[in-house]
Amino acid sequence: MELTIHSTFLPHNDPDAALGFYRDTLGFEVRNDVDYGGLRWITVGPPGQPETNIVLTPPAITPGITDEERRTLVEMMAKGTYAMIILASRDLDATFEKVQASGAEVIQEPTDQPYGVRDCAFRDPAGNHVRINQVK
Amino acid sequence: MNLPPDADAVHLRDLARLRRVRDRIDREYAKPLDVEALARGVHMSAGHLSRQFKLAYGESPYSYLMTRRIERAMALLRRGDMSVTQVCFDVGCASLGTFTTRFTELVGMPPGAYRREQGGAAEGIPPCVARQVTRPIRTQPVRNEEAPADAPAAD
Repeated sequence: MELTIHSTFLPHNDPDAALGFYRDTLGFEVRNDVDYGGLRWITVGPPGQPETNIVLTPPAITPGITDEERRTLVEMMAKGTYAMIILASRDLDATFEKVQASGAEVIQEPTDQPYGVRDCAFRDPAGNHVRINQVK
Repeated sequence: MNLPPDADAVHLRDLARLRRVRDRIDREYAKPLDVEALARGVHMSAGHLSRQFKLAYGESPYSYLMTRRIERAMALLRRGDMSVTQVCFDVGCASLGTFTTRFTELVGMPPGAYRREQGGAAEGIPPCVARQVTRPIRTQPVRNEEAPADAPAAD
C-alpha cells in the first residue's frame, strides 16, 4: 500500500483575500474554483507538487454543526487559535521578505529554534497560522 | 449557512484586533514591550485591552508576554551557554528580580536550578512536538499585574 497526501482543508472567510495570499503572494497555482450558492471552494497547491492540494473552504458549513459550534469556530479563526499549516522553502529568508512585503501579518521573523528548525510564521487573511520551515 | 449578523461581525473584528496584539507579543517579546504600548498599537486603553484579551485567551496580555519570555528563557537555559542574567536581558526582561520571580512561579524552580537540571532535556523529540511540550503551562495567574486592569477604561 502506497498512499500520498491528496488534499487538506483550510477555512477562509473571504475568497478573494484568500486568493490574494495563496496565489499572488505564495505563488500557488489555482487548480479548481467552485462557486456553489455564493460559497467558494478554491483548490490551490505549489506548481512543483501537483499531487498535493490545499482546499480553501467556507468555514463551519458541514451539515450537523450547531449554531453554537459555528460561532465558536469562527471566533477561534478570528482570534487565531483554529487552523495551522506548515510549509517549507529552500530559501526561507527570501520567502519571508516576499511575504512580508505583501503586507501579510507577521507572527515570527526567521528564527533558529532550539529544537533544530529554522522557521518564520505569518497569518493568512482568515487568521490561519502559516509557518514556513527552511528546507535543510 | 447562517451568516453572522452585524453585531457578530463587529465582535469578530475585535477578536482579530486581539489576535494582532497576541501576534505582536510573539513577534516582539524581546523588546521593551508593555501593555500601554500594546494597547496604543490597536487604539485601545490598557485596561480595556487587558480585560478583553483575558476574556478571549484566558490570561492577560502581561501574563502572556511574561509566559512568552519565560518560554524563550527556558530554551536558552537548556542550551547551557548563557548565564541567567544574560538570558534575562535577552528575552526582554529589564529586572533580574522580576524575571526570577516570574520564572520560579511558572516553572516551579529558579532559573539557575533549571539551567543545571535541564540541559539537553528536549533532545530526540521531533521538532513539532518539542515546540508544544517545551512551552510552559501557566496554572496560576501572574501576581502584581503590571497593567492597570482595574483602572476605568477610556473607551
